[in-house]
Amino acid sequence: MSILHLVNKSPYERDSLDTAADYMVDGDAMLLIEDGVYAAMSGGKAASKISGMKVSVLGPDLAARGISEEKLVDGVTVVDYAGFVDLVESNDKVQSWL
Amino acid sequence: MSETKKFMYVNRRAPYGTIYAWESLEVVLIGAAFEQDVSLAFIDDGVYQLVKGQDTAGVGMKNFSPTYAALGDYEVTKIYVEKESLEERGLTLDDLQHLVWEDEDDDWAEKDSIRLVSRAELAEVFSGQDVMFNF
Repeated sequence: MSILHLVNKSPYERDSLDTAADYMVDGDAMLLIEDGVYAAMSGGKAASKISGMKVSVLGPDLAARGISEEKLVDGVTVVDYAGFVDLVESNDKVQSWL
Repeated sequence: MSETKKFMYVNRRAPYGTIYAWESLEVVLIGAAFEQDVSLAFIDDGVYQLVKGQDTAGVGMKNFSPTYAALGDYEVTKIYVEKESLEERGLTLDDLQHLVWEDEDDDWAEKDSIRLVSRAELAEVFSGQDVMFNF
């Protein structure tokens, strides 16, 4: 029973990314939205927390914050709103780490 | 005749996720009309406010980032960016907007508004202020 872990807070302001990462098990996926997308920037201290995990980021939230796709950690996938829906649909549950 | 005070606006939040960044900018612009000695500091997630290339078309929110470039015209010329906060986030000054002001006492020469400072240096700047506003 796979879970999609949604993180919408900056990893430098809240601990939701840490907790979500700890709760990820095989088959789960993570989607970073809103201020959560800052975790996917390479060179940042938070980047190491998501390495090796199945992580997607919401493209429109990246663009709003001036983050180009070249700045992302390797292995991170950029999705649009339709991709967000696909992720929700392809996992059994959604856990929002508010 | 009123006495000029040193006002420091401290920005610690990322833009868009909360309303703090935008509200701070509004207050700074309103306050600028009162001819005080205004400084802005961007620390922690606040440094994200100045990242260039913001495009909010896809999220249906107002992109207020071009407004930072107008601060110089309001005689807001001291913008402190904390080095440690940039480094922790994998950012450099090149990732930020290039903010300038025109010095009327120097033949309107264009000068940089952003001052890259360490946490310790910024603490000294804070010590010298009369009023602090936090966002």
